[in-house]
This record gives sequence, C-alpha cells and structure tokens, in this order.
Amino acid sequence: MNLTYLNDLTVQVRRDILRMVHRVNSGHPGGSLGCTEFMVALYQELMEYSTDFTMDGHNEDLFFLSNGHISPVLYSILARSGYFDVAELATFRKINSRLQGHPTTHEHLPGVRIASGSLGQGLSVAIGAALSKKLNNDSKIVYSLHGDGEMQEGQNWEAIMYAGSKKVDNLIATVDLNGQQIDGSTANVMDLGDLGQKFEAFGWDVFHIKEGNKLEAIVEGMKQAKAKTGRQKPIAVILHTVMGNGVDFMMHTHAWHGKAPNDHQLATALAQNPETLGDY
Amino acid sequence: MKYIDQGQKDTRSGFGDGMTELGRTNPKVVALCADLIGSLKLETFIEEHPERFFQVGIAEANMIGIAAGLTIGGKIPFTTTFANFSTGRVYDQIRQSVAYSGKNVKICASHAGITLGEDGATHQILEDIGLMKMLPGMTVINPCDYNQTKAATLAIAEHDGPVYLRFGRPKVANFTPVDQTFTIGKALHLLEGTDVTIAATGHLVWEALIAAEALKEKGIYAEVINIHTIKPLDVEAILRSVEKTGCLVSAEEHNYLGGLGESIARTLTMHKPTPQEFIATKDTFGESGTPDQLMEKYQLNAPAIVEAAQKVIKRKA
Repeated sequence: MNLTYLNDLTVQVRRDILRMVHRVNSGHPGGSLGCTEFMVALYQELMEYSTDFTMDGHNEDLFFLSNGHISPVLYSILARSGYFDVAELATFRKINSRLQGHPTTHEHLPGVRIASGSLGQGLSVAIGAALSKKLNNDSKIVYSLHGDGEMQEGQNWEAIMYAGSKKVDNLIATVDLNGQQIDGSTANVMDLGDLGQKFEAFGWDVFHIKEGNKLEAIVEGMKQAKAKTGRQKPIAVILHTVMGNGVDFMMHTHAWHGKAPNDHQLATALAQNPETLGDY
Repeated sequence: MKYIDQGQKDTRSGFGDGMTELGRTNPKVVALCADLIGSLKLETFIEEHPERFFQVGIAEANMIGIAAGLTIGGKIPFTTTFANFSTGRVYDQIRQSVAYSGKNVKICASHAGITLGEDGATHQILEDIGLMKMLPGMTVINPCDYNQTKAATLAIAEHDGPVYLRFGRPKVANFTPVDQTFTIGKALHLLEGTDVTIAATGHLVWEALIAAEALKEKGIYAEVINIHTIKPLDVEAILRSVEKTGCLVSAEEHNYLGGLGESIARTLTMHKPTPQEFIATKDTFGESGTPDQLMEKYQLNAPAIVEAAQKVIKRKA
C-alpha cells in the first residue's frame, strides 16, 4: 500500500468534489467528502476490476452506489482510477453530460452499472448481481455503499432479510454511518438504533470500522471483511465517518448535505486541501 | 374465417408452460416469485431448475431490484406475481432500477384486470397498462389466450429490454393457433370487415370475435384486430383498418384512462381523426364477483362491444 499516493489521491478527490459542486452551484458535498477515503481505498486497494468496462463485469469485483446523491465522489474516483478522462468531471450536472446529478447507466458512463438516487434500491440490485455471479461460478465479490439515513427505506429490510435468509455470502454492504441526513441528525429525524445489531439479527456478519475516514483503518477493516466472504453469511460493514470530512467548516453538521460552497467558501476549502495530483 | 375455442384455459397457464419451455431451452432465463408460485404456474420450471429460481417472499420491491441485478452477468430474469403487486406497488423500483437503468427484466403479471374476480378491488388492478406504457423503453404486452400467452412468453426472452407481460386468472377461450410465432409490436388481423374496426387486447379479443358474429347478423361487417402489444403500438395496422372502416371501437380490461384505447385515440388524432368508442372501465375501481358478472356489470363483454360498434358507426360523418 502506497500511503503517500493514497493520501494525495484522497486530497485530490476532495478538491474534485468541491470544484464540481461549486461550478454548478448544486450537488451533495457532505456525504461525498465523508466517503472519500472509503472510495479511494475501495478502488485503489480492495477491488479487482478492469477499466475496460463491460456491463456484465465477469470475473471482476463490482461496486454499487445506493446513495446516488454522493455522485461527485463516485465520478471523481472512477475518473482517477482510469474509467474515463478526468477532464469530463467539468461536465458534472451540466446539459448533455454523462455525469448526471445522480449516477445512471442511461448515458453509458463507464463504471456505472445501475441508476441510483431514489433511495433504498441499491442493496437489492447488489444482491441480484451477487446471485448472478454465483450462477456464473464467478468467485469475485460484490460491494455496495449505502447512506445511514437511507436505511429508513423499507426495501433495504426486505433485501437484508433476503440476503441473510438465502446466505448471499459474496456480498459486502457498507453503511456510511455519519449520523446526518437532510433534516438533521438521524437520531432526531428517525433514530436508526444499533444498525450493527439489526444486521446481525437478520443473519449477517457485521464489521465496524470505527475510523472510517482513515485509509489504513478502512483497508484493514475491509480486508478482514473480505476474508469472511464465502462462509454462508452476507457481510455488513458499519463505516463510522464524519460528513464533510477534510473541510473544517463542513464537518459535524448536516448543513452541507446538499449545498454547494460559494466562491469564498470554496477558496477556504481548497486551501485546506492543496492540489496534489493535478486539478481536472 | 371462423375461430374455434379449442378448450377453455387460463392465460397464466400459457405463461407457466412458456416458462417450462424456456427453462429447457434458454439457460440464461431465471425466475423470481413473491410467494405466488402456484398462481403463476411455475411448479415445473422450479422442479426442473431449482438453481435458476429465486423465492423472494412477500417483498416485491426487493424482487424487482434483485432482478435488475441479475441482468448484470447476463441473466434474463422473469419476475412473477399478481399484476397489482407487479406494477403499482413497485413503480419506482421498476422506473429507476429497471427502465431508466435499461435492464433486461421481464415483469410478468398474472391476475390482471377485473376478471381476478372475488378477491375484489384491492387485487384487481385496472391501471397497470397505463403505468407501464408511460415508462420510456418499456414494452407492454397483453396476450389474448393460452396459446398466445405461451408464445409471448417465449418471444420476450428473445427481446433485449424491459417488458411488461400481462395475463389473467380465469379460464377463457383458447382460439389462436398452437405453436404460433409471436412478433412483438405486430398486431394481428383476425377478421376482415368494412363497417367498423374493433381493436381489442387480452380477454376482450374473444369477446370482440363474438361481437363480430352478432354484428354480422345485423348486416354489419366488423374488422377485428388483436392488439397484443400495446407498446410499441402497431400504428400502421390501425390506420390501414380505419382507412377502410372509418370508425373504431377499442376494447380492453383496463381503465379507459391510460389504456389501449387512449394510445389508439392519440394515434388517430395525430394521423387520421376518426370516431372511436371505448370498451373499458370508466375511471372506477372494481369489486367482488364472478368474472362473468363483473365483465357484464362493467360493460366489458361482447354485447357491450356490439352496442359500442352500432353507436360509433352512427357517428361517422
């Protein structure tokens, strides 16, 4: 693991997120920043995949983003992992772009295999893809990411029950536990209780990554989780993160869930994250 | 030409037998069901290919999502439950995870319409054609009898893209050819006529043929078209027919808002304004009763078509 490079990439992805949402004065920086380390670790250290993109993704690990509003971090890591030119990040949320506000297959952006945005649908899709891999005798893993607020959607619990009951053990679903959603803290809006215990009660193996914004901790935790695949249980990772991580005034609040920084705020945020690998 | 009922059969059995054949001939085909195996006639498929069947329990939203995921890796998933739970209950899942995502999922819906009967309005969806046809890229098919439902089931497996296949519970006349070829989007002319076009779908096709016989007794020659594919609509077949007859009755077991009749009306308005009458439910829910009682009460049978045909003929300029 080249930690220097991964740290540089993390800072560069943060810059991409901030500049993308600022440019169109819309989008979701808070959750994107909170999951930046996770996405860097996933695409650089954990997943085995080909950037020669095919929808079927035979014999490669697959990733599904269920909380599609954090599209900025997905687009940035896909571009910087080689799926498409980083220059295309400048088209985010603009007319005629492949980088729609929420991710979609509709515009054929390499790296995206399902539309997401309407919440709570990604886990079912990930389970289906995992079942498809089993039918194909494909031993690779399916990863998915979900917001914690998103777990309020009932379809998730249908999917969690299914995967536990039917022993879908080639799946690692990660929940971004940042404790925030649009209307406030998850505790105030609709308390999720102990998510880990809930997954366990549905027959899942549960891992907690307490330092969910620390690259080494994420890589270590996810490798432990991966080592447990293939043992008759689906795997949940509860990723403890801070929304808005890396930009001091965006942290520990729900205020930046779906709000873009103004010019001054952007300058402040970028100053906290100096350019490393080159802006798009 | 005279159409003969080869023996009453339910269209859902055509689906089940189509699935049995697909199980044997197409290894990519997989089936999902939300706790209604017997109603969907899936027993043989499941018995022969247990590894290609996914029982999801009473959780239709999850079923649609899993089906979307199964396409990734090359499977052709057929989701199965009642029409109400196949569409209205899971509209957003179909919209985002299937239609917008362009996934090759076949949404197969039994117990459609009012002929579900005694269970009543909670289960009798009359809005599903409208819901499904509004989704960009969705193909909508409502076959008329057992033989055609079986043929349609085989055909949709060969079609790349999302499909809504609608069929029913009651035993009805089975009158189309055994082992027919089903061409998606290609309407079938069942009877040639000169005075009125009857464009019917699903269970109403047989009723249209009976109506045509009755009209003939009155010296009225009806042209009967079987519109098994509501989307994409065979515009050419409809226009060619009304060119000759000058008026049309649409007939379907569905609300007149959003159904086949509305698609035809739009077509006629755009290309050749023509008087049209609608055999359909008139913006109402159904209720409990036998299928025959309900078809009569809601005016979805041959006598209603006869009346509508006479009315529309009078409206010709």
